Amino acid sequence: MQLTLWTYEGPPHIGAMRVATAMKGVHYVLHAPQGDTYADLLFTMIERRQKRPPVTYTTFQARDLGGDTAELFKTSAADAYARFKPDLMLVGASCTAELIQDDPGGLAKALALPCPVVALELPAYQKKENWGAAETFYQIVRATAGTPRPGPRAPGPRVNILGPTALGFRHRDDVTEISRLLTRMGLIINVIAPLDATPADLARLGDADFNVVLYPETAGQAASWLSRNFGQPSTKTVPIGLGATADFLAEVGALSGLDPAPLLAGQPSTMAWYARSVDSNYLTHKRVFVFGDATHAIAAARVAADELGFTVVGLGTYSREFGREIRAAAVRYGIEALISDDYLEIEAAIAASAPELVLGTQMERHIAKRLGVPCAVISAPVHVQDFPARYSPQMGFEGASVLFDTWVHPLMMGLEEHLIGMFRGDFEFSADAAPSHLGHAAATPEPVSAAATTLSWAPDAEKELGKIPFFVRGKARRNTEKYAAEAGVTLVTIETLYEAKAHHGR
Amino acid sequence: MSGCADPVIRQERGQREVFCGLTGIIWLHRKIQDAFFLVVGSRTCAHLIQSAAGVMIFAEPRFATAIIDERDLAGLSDANDELDRVVGQLLARRPEIKLLFLVGSCPSEVIKLDLSRAAQRLSATHMPQVRVLNYSGSGIETTFTQGEDACLAALVPILPRRTDRSLLVVGSLAEPVEDQLQRLLTSLGVGPVQFFPPRASTDLPGVGPNTQYLLAQPFLADTARALEAKGATRLPAPFPLGIEGTTAWLQAAATAWAVAPAHFAATTAPAIARATAALDRYRSILAGKHVFLFPDSQLEIPLARFLARELGMTLDEVGTPYLHRQHLAEELALLPAGTTLVEGQDVDRQLDRCRAARPDLVVCGLGLANPLEAEGMTTKWSIELLFTPIQGYEQAGDLAELFARPLTRRTLLKV
Repeated sequence: MQLTLWTYEGPPHIGAMRVATAMKGVHYVLHAPQGDTYADLLFTMIERRQKRPPVTYTTFQARDLGGDTAELFKTSAADAYARFKPDLMLVGASCTAELIQDDPGGLAKALALPCPVVALELPAYQKKENWGAAETFYQIVRATAGTPRPGPRAPGPRVNILGPTALGFRHRDDVTEISRLLTRMGLIINVIAPLDATPADLARLGDADFNVVLYPETAGQAASWLSRNFGQPSTKTVPIGLGATADFLAEVGALSGLDPAPLLAGQPSTMAWYARSVDSNYLTHKRVFVFGDATHAIAAARVAADELGFTVVGLGTYSREFGREIRAAAVRYGIEALISDDYLEIEAAIAASAPELVLGTQMERHIAKRLGVPCAVISAPVHVQDFPARYSPQMGFEGASVLFDTWVHPLMMGLEEHLIGMFRGDFEFSADAAPSHLGHAAATPEPVSAAATTLSWAPDAEKELGKIPFFVRGKARRNTEKYAAEAGVTLVTIETLYEAKAHHGR
Repeated sequence: MSGCADPVIRQERGQREVFCGLTGIIWLHRKIQDAFFLVVGSRTCAHLIQSAAGVMIFAEPRFATAIIDERDLAGLSDANDELDRVVGQLLARRPEIKLLFLVGSCPSEVIKLDLSRAAQRLSATHMPQVRVLNYSGSGIETTFTQGEDACLAALVPILPRRTDRSLLVVGSLAEPVEDQLQRLLTSLGVGPVQFFPPRASTDLPGVGPNTQYLLAQPFLADTARALEAKGATRLPAPFPLGIEGTTAWLQAAATAWAVAPAHFAATTAPAIARATAALDRYRSILAGKHVFLFPDSQLEIPLARFLARELGMTLDEVGTPYLHRQHLAEELALLPAGTTLVEGQDVDRQLDRCRAARPDLVVCGLGLANPLEAEGMTTKWSIELLFTPIQGYEQAGDLAELFARPLTRRTLLKV
């Protein structure tokens, strides 16, 4: 049993819904108690989809448990086929139905429906949403992709784009951006899946020469099956950021024999110039904490360090399946990766690292708001705001420009930062002034560090500390206390404060 | 207007597009300020509350989920040990909590994890600092607002005994609404008045054979039964929605307390005049319009009565997840004759009927609203009716406005 306040991922059947809802011609019959239909609102409200997810829930109640829930499932499946006439049906159980062991797969088989039926086994008490999406997509691919066709492949080079789902973080725009890049490079897009694909489209997956895996969390398993069975290699780099996009195009070049150089020539993204432009100087060594799904977190850390000149002070993910990858990435920044889905643990880690910017999920957005630190969202779990009306990819050259805008805008602009530092006494600044563009929310006081229990601060030193802008005050306090502890000082004075400042530099 | 005293109610079975009782935690955990709600359930339960709440508003909410994992399924004795450990962990974090609800879920019910024994065991460990109670908010037993009913029913046994004559108002209300009703009842000379649930678990109302109670919400069947077992008697009344509902509701108390009719009229007149003026503003928008209500919170019948009688709307269909015939008797009598009432749901068939009826306004849950809007219909989210102060005279205009706004918006938009 795990005590949980907020969850980063839903149960695995939500992952299956993300695949079913993304596709066309698929219907999912879910054996589930009354109440599990809440999942519909994720799609209709958060993503603002104009159709209900293609899911029929059996919504059994206590009175059904005494009777025949298996019969209820069969009736629901038969009715769903009659009403929706899908090309392919998914059947499965949510957490409660898993316990009553009605075997939706066997029951659906007995119905002999006139369409292929894929039975999903998604262990709800072990696995989570992303795993469920990956498993569902893999099972659908296995059921529909058939066997490699004899003879030469369709004219190419052709590529499949794998991974985008419903309720994905910017998936639709990423697909548009990457499709454009690949087309400009001279590739033929064979199938994009699961987003907007039909089961018949999946039957053509084998026609491609290789696969582009945009989201390893959802498409990794299917891609590795396609690699084994169709001999299709897949790309390993996720094209988030300029460097990663260039690496990705080089990979695509190696797999397709096409030259990416023309695409990379000139100034493919405004982002590179904006990062070099002089006002971006103030971004140098801004402390940034990165948390999200593994793919987005690893990519964001690279962009932060290499393309914006930030210092990565924290890197973590809630995707335990990708623990190895995130640990390896953290080594580069000289930090230890945080692998956790315990919201409170993540909040504590963020507070302890005193970042000046948090790049996270909707959860970290709330944490950052409480800590008075600016934040940009880089990954699911998502909120209605993460489905902007405008075109807003994360991937490719345009995606890099979007990252620049969304990450830099929440930060205080250079001159404003200087003015607040110079004129702390200004009545409009006040001790806890937040940047004007973040509104006038008062910042949360910085946490008292452990060292503070053995140290004391002279009143004038405490007052001097108060003159330091709140967004670096935590760091100044920690540095001073660290310095004092090392120097064997027990009373921090103004002198200690400035000695520590000189010692640590900025 | 002829009444609907012997209404025809159609039963429907099929897919129910409704929340389970766990959803009630979203408002209950704010209502009782020193209580904590620990759902013993699955990741789905945690995800549901988080998603239904829409946004994560609170630093540390006063609810959480003890997520059952495969080890807990292997042995129930271990599950109980695990639960004790999780509760210890939680109470160590939140020393200000005085009342802990263990909330049963579909998985905990199916594996027969006995939360009432767990609550007794944990109470013995943690009393007097923390009292531990339990109820079920599972979808197999409760629909949406029935979660509040189950929670309040679990509280009734610990209510202190009271022997003097008193009025108990039962059902969660917004604090401003409680204050208004309290003022009105006091001016009428009715009282002492207590509210249930209270704002703090240390302020539990007393109940006894001289307690008369008024239901402020239509979904409190079990709570009413538990109160009656303690000797309380119900004052039958419609629910305090709209002018007519509020007046009749207050009148039930006034009659029981033998308030002089002239005094009642004089006391309520200023508020009635204000509410009448407020409603007039929206009647022109709503009168003559057709409305279709999908089942959601059991508030549908009182709302339909208000929309039909005070705003002149035509009721195409009134769905309700469950209909308590006794508690709703006064409401049913006020509904226009021939109103189509449907108890239960088969959502696809109901959508077919809704599309065929082409109502001007559809009142439905969040899963259906945007798809219906995309089909060209105008909708009102029903969940908002639980999260907005709508009862009493001063809120009658606000309630009407909730239904008028989507229609007004339609006329404003040129896109």
